[in-house]
Amino acid sequence: MPDPDLPGTPDRASPQARAGQNYFVAGPDEVEALGVDRLDEASPPTSMWRDAWRGLRRNPMFLVSALLILFVLVVVAVPGLFTGQDPRMCLGQNSMRGPGAGHPFGFDLQGCDIFARTVYGARASVLTGVGATAIFLLIGGTVGALAGFYGGRLDAVVSRITDVFFGIPLILAAIVMMQLFRNRSIWTVMLILALFAWPHVARIARGSVISVRGNDFVLAATALGVSRFRILLRHVLPNAVGPVIVVTTIWLGVFIVTEATLSYLGIGLPPSVVSWGGDISTGQSRLRSGSGIIFYPAAALAVTVLGFIMLGDALRDALDPKARKR
Amino acid sequence: MIPVFIGATLLIYAMVFLIPGDPIQALAGDKPLSPAVADQLRERYHLDRPFIVQYLLYLKGIFTLDFGTSFSGQPVRDVLARAFPVTIRLAFMAIVIEAAFGIFFGVIAGLRKGKAFDATLLVLSLFIIAVPVFVIGFLAQFFLGVRWGIAPVTVGADASFSRLLVPAIVLGLVSFAYVLRLTRTSVAENKDADHVRTATAKGLSRRRVVVVHILRNSLIPVVTFLGADLGALMAGAIVTEGIFNINGVGGTIYQAVIRGEAPTVVSFVTVLVVVFLVANLLVDLLYAALDPRIRYA
Repeated sequence: MPDPDLPGTPDRASPQARAGQNYFVAGPDEVEALGVDRLDEASPPTSMWRDAWRGLRRNPMFLVSALLILFVLVVVAVPGLFTGQDPRMCLGQNSMRGPGAGHPFGFDLQGCDIFARTVYGARASVLTGVGATAIFLLIGGTVGALAGFYGGRLDAVVSRITDVFFGIPLILAAIVMMQLFRNRSIWTVMLILALFAWPHVARIARGSVISVRGNDFVLAATALGVSRFRILLRHVLPNAVGPVIVVTTIWLGVFIVTEATLSYLGIGLPPSVVSWGGDISTGQSRLRSGSGIIFYPAAALAVTVLGFIMLGDALRDALDPKARKR
Repeated sequence: MIPVFIGATLLIYAMVFLIPGDPIQALAGDKPLSPAVADQLRERYHLDRPFIVQYLLYLKGIFTLDFGTSFSGQPVRDVLARAFPVTIRLAFMAIVIEAAFGIFFGVIAGLRKGKAFDATLLVLSLFIIAVPVFVIGFLAQFFLGVRWGIAPVTVGADASFSRLLVPAIVLGLVSFAYVLRLTRTSVAENKDADHVRTATAKGLSRRRVVVVHILRNSLIPVVTFLGADLGALMAGAIVTEGIFNINGVGGTIYQAVIRGEAPTVVSFVTVLVVVFLVANLLVDLLYAALDPRIRYA
């Protein structure tokens, strides 16, 4: 039965359904000769991305997560918009003072404005997350795509290496490594996180490229004499990038959580950097007298991570054809 | 499996001893190091030998259960003998909790995919995943322990099952969310399979269809996850045991990290990685029991 929503089906030009008729009954000459091969030029072109966007637009989870992330990004870009206070302006006389005018969350033990620290802390967390994700994607995506596309010995070697990295949980590797660096910076954290997590994206990219590699359009491009590398770049990658985007989004959230955990243990970002993990770590000793000290940075951390994980989830629903129809 | 084991241990070893600079100084951290202690450490880690010999000696140490000495001079093996049972108990409780609740709710959500109950559970699971373990730990400790006094604030020396209950729930909570989501997806995929329809058509009870025909097929990804999760639990145990002051392996690592005792951290983390690898091997064997198509010759 022709789908009336599908562009290019002939029944659009000659509607057969009559008024009062409950079911569509196809006429004997519904599709004329060669009609199935004809394309309605006026119909909008469709692609994986257009389909995904159509699904995403209606997904409340996508809208909520997109708004959340947008908000966090604004906070990261212009924290001055939200607070006039300096997060490093800490006066002993303000120690543990409750909320007051201009200081909605009050002060921590050192007399720093908790609201300002929560706002400015977004920068360290998000920058570490985004930086680590960029390196992670660069190494893992490249290695995985090349291994999947060229196969053979390269693939065998890459697969063994990823197996080895999978044998070591990220947080354990990060704890050992961070322990050994005395001059830690935001860069050290980013590099270490990316260095021990890239096999996760490499494995996904490899699988995705392998599943696209066997398609007829790749064969067609090969027959036309397009070079191997160009085929990978122009024909395979654009079609294989969906699952990679999904894991990347989720890992962005994971990196932020891991950075906070490391900072909480005191081996993540240096204390000079205003960060949520660090603030939670210093606030824990005062848990009984002022739970706000850890509550606000913890809530900000949770909301940010929630945004990225929800986005990844929504993207998975939109980009994974297996999940879509169910 | 064995190549992975060798690769993973080599990787840990290399990352500690091949990084630029003097590894002995790095192990000491900010603390000043007397030449005598430095020499002792150098000998202990065989740094005067070629790298590959160092690594083989280290591997031999693992197989003979000789993991070196902690910073305070105690043999790691002795500390492990005391701490490991506690961590095993905690991790075991966490796995049982997350598997039982995760699979139970996952099956219900999967069978009712798209309904309100399913949607609520999904959003709830995302919340659980997004909140870091140490935050959940603090909240549990603060409200259950300090505010309401219905659970011990810290566990301390007496690590009985009842005292470990709250830490085990905290530890298993994130994985509970993953188990739930995995089971749900898997059940939703399997519930419309032909063999399930056949089973229903044969007149089997709903319970039998769900438990035997849907669940067994849906459990394969869940079991994979639970195996890999043992590693995550070990890592999570570092934070959880630290917060609740449990004298397990995680608590020991936590204290060592806080005090900057790198050799202790390295020895104990190595042990955890070995445990993780063995757990994954066991999971591979468990597959065959669940999926008759997989056979190991």
